Amino acid sequence: MRAIGIILAGGNNHRMGELSRKRAISAMPIAGSYRSIDFALSNMTNSRVQKVGVFTQYNARSLNEHLSSSKWWDFGRKQGGLFVFTPTVTSENNSWYRGTADAIYQNLSFLKESHEPYVVIASGDCVYKMDYNKVLEYHIAKKADITVVCKDMDARENVDRYGTIKMNEDSRIEEFEEKPIVAKSNTISCGIYVIRRRQLIELIEKCAEEDLYDFVKDILIRYKNLKRIYGYKMTDYWKNIATVEDYFNTNMDFLKPDIRNYFFREYPDIYSKVDDLPPAKYNVGAKLKNCLISSGSIINGTVENSVIFKDVFVGNNCTIKNSVILNDVYIGDNTYIENCIVESHDTIRANSYLKGEDGIKVVVEQNDRFVI
Amino acid sequence: MIKKEMIAMLLAGGQGSRLGVLTAKVAKPAVSFGGKYRIIDFPLSNCINSGVDTVGVLTQYQPLRLNTHIGIGIPWDLDRNVGGVTVLPPYEKSSNTEWYTGTANAIYQNIAYMDSFNPDYVLILSGDHIYKMDYEVMLDYHKSKGAEVTLAAMPVPLEEAKRFGILITDEDRRINEFEEKPENPRSNLASMGIYIFNWKTLKEALIANAQQPSLDFGKHVIPYCHQKGAPCYAYEYNGYWKDVGTLHSYWEANMELIDIVPEFNLYEEYWKIYTKCDKLPPQYISANSEIEKCIIGEGAQIYGKVYNSVIGCGVTIGEGTVVRDSIIMNDAEIGFGGNIQKAIIAESASVGDNVKIGCGEEADNDTAPHIYNHGLVCVGEKSVVPSGVTIGKNVVISGVTGPEDYENMQLASGKSLVKAGDEV
Repeated sequence: MRAIGIILAGGNNHRMGELSRKRAISAMPIAGSYRSIDFALSNMTNSRVQKVGVFTQYNARSLNEHLSSSKWWDFGRKQGGLFVFTPTVTSENNSWYRGTADAIYQNLSFLKESHEPYVVIASGDCVYKMDYNKVLEYHIAKKADITVVCKDMDARENVDRYGTIKMNEDSRIEEFEEKPIVAKSNTISCGIYVIRRRQLIELIEKCAEEDLYDFVKDILIRYKNLKRIYGYKMTDYWKNIATVEDYFNTNMDFLKPDIRNYFFREYPDIYSKVDDLPPAKYNVGAKLKNCLISSGSIINGTVENSVIFKDVFVGNNCTIKNSVILNDVYIGDNTYIENCIVESHDTIRANSYLKGEDGIKVVVEQNDRFVI
Repeated sequence: MIKKEMIAMLLAGGQGSRLGVLTAKVAKPAVSFGGKYRIIDFPLSNCINSGVDTVGVLTQYQPLRLNTHIGIGIPWDLDRNVGGVTVLPPYEKSSNTEWYTGTANAIYQNIAYMDSFNPDYVLILSGDHIYKMDYEVMLDYHKSKGAEVTLAAMPVPLEEAKRFGILITDEDRRINEFEEKPENPRSNLASMGIYIFNWKTLKEALIANAQQPSLDFGKHVIPYCHQKGAPCYAYEYNGYWKDVGTLHSYWEANMELIDIVPEFNLYEEYWKIYTKCDKLPPQYISANSEIEKCIIGEGAQIYGKVYNSVIGCGVTIGEGTVVRDSIIMNDAEIGFGGNIQKAIIAESASVGDNVKIGCGEEADNDTAPHIYNHGLVCVGEKSVVPSGVTIGKNVVISGVTGPEDYENMQLASGKSLVKAGDEV
């Protein structure tokens, strides 16, 4: 293969609120049976990128547990493999990753000791399918120094949390603004980059010399007039999940038949850690309308327009509407839940009433659970 | 040096002909069960959960599905540096090449495999029962009794005892006598086909009886050990154990899984059952569906109404179709507007739109009434049933059938529609 992969999975985002208290965003559960990072990892393996480094820092326990074996994504190979890089103290360095460029700098030997000519950099908090080889071919055809995958967002969408891009007719990036207060364009960077490995090493080393740490601000934006930085437009489904609303909506998107088919039934597959759970079980009294149910769940009540993750128990006479219930939640009898995201491992007492009045409510309830 | 205290030998070569078209193309241990599992998953999971990490699987009849399912044993954590799972098919020798002619003959032909692990004990299992059992506890019992052979046995109702091999024991559970399917059983302790042997005892018995045609454990090897005076003990087991040898018992065992608290509980935190499952996505239940008393596997899409049924992974059930008391295996597709009652629809079968299955009065099956009975309709693997047909009870359908195969778009109760020849 011509490229190695880097997945930036270290970030936290205060916009995720309580949901990111337990885990890095890349470990957020998605669509019933997946985690956010599965999409980037599966894209890597499906693009035949065999050697992938995952850079993690914030609250990495849940992510590390998910990545405890690389076999689910077929990375457990003699050639290549999956490498997880958390910050370590060395004789030269005793700080955390101070930014994305710094994270790469602190593990520069990973790049230096590889032989593949290119690097694909992706982030772990996006939901999409992509053949990185297509970007790589484009990158070579354009004789680009760096290629940035970008996407035209809906005109109504607020893009102030993304990097926005303006390109010329040749798709060369002329303007790049990070988190603009007033956006001049609706084309945003998807956080996926292709770059020659030696070029990346050179830029990262230069950054470090100047005490600069951020890949977007200190490399992409700073060098945009000096280096040939190109945009590659993607038109397929792509969603970033780093706010509560986007996380909720992305999960709900999977209830739509076209999106469900695109991810679940069309080639190539998305892979994830296998949990060995029994089939979902529906008892007398279960009523289901338009929902996704994952394995290991036991349903006794009513569930409508919702995404139920693995190992969820829904008690008798419950009603769950328009909600996302994460892994291993126990919901006691006669409970009403609407417009909520229920955090994983929660235990909801019987007769509870939970409703997001204006917007989505994140429910975190760690009551004692008695297992018989 | 390689040393394993106990290794398991799993007999998975049988056809299981009483399962009819379900085992036409696959060995019985590879038949799916409980939505996402296959029958062999239960003994394999028991092995790894009991700390038995070396398992030889003896295959003979239609091994392809079994081989791909087992692979190198990853789902059961049986991919080991030393030991793990090994598939053992019959093989050609410089002289006296033969198929596996009996249960013990199959083991006899693999003495070299067992010897290579230098075991103290060998556990003999069969690949066609549904149960959870800790073989380590059975081994402890074997050791504490100073036994050379221990047979797992369970009490059965006396009137059913004549279908089993019956063990007659003293108070200490030492076996005095064996009776194979006795007319007037003197005990209700039935052998479950699970044995622990001291390897020395087993090896000696296998070699001594090597010339016996169709060498069998129940008929030859165990009686031989007993006659030689080797202490044989019965290990009483009182949990759930189900032989799924006939279509009706297979259907019944599946249906038991959907009880509120099933006797055989797959949802317990410990003693997981592992399987190879390629499908990860959650299942989708549409707005117009109804579901009650079901278990449904990963990636299924339900648009119809499903009651009292076991649905496998990747199954699609079309809008308006009613499915009741049925087993639908992985990747089968059912069209819209149908009505399916008490059917077993095997893997990757395709049933068209507006198909009615299980209609009318019961009638005995015309070719194999001992297999297809109790009103069950059986549709074989990869079979195709055309749209708009009405099908009776005790019917078997196999192969790609078209409207021309159905007189007036109907197939009466008791008919068999088996299309010969290979798939094109």
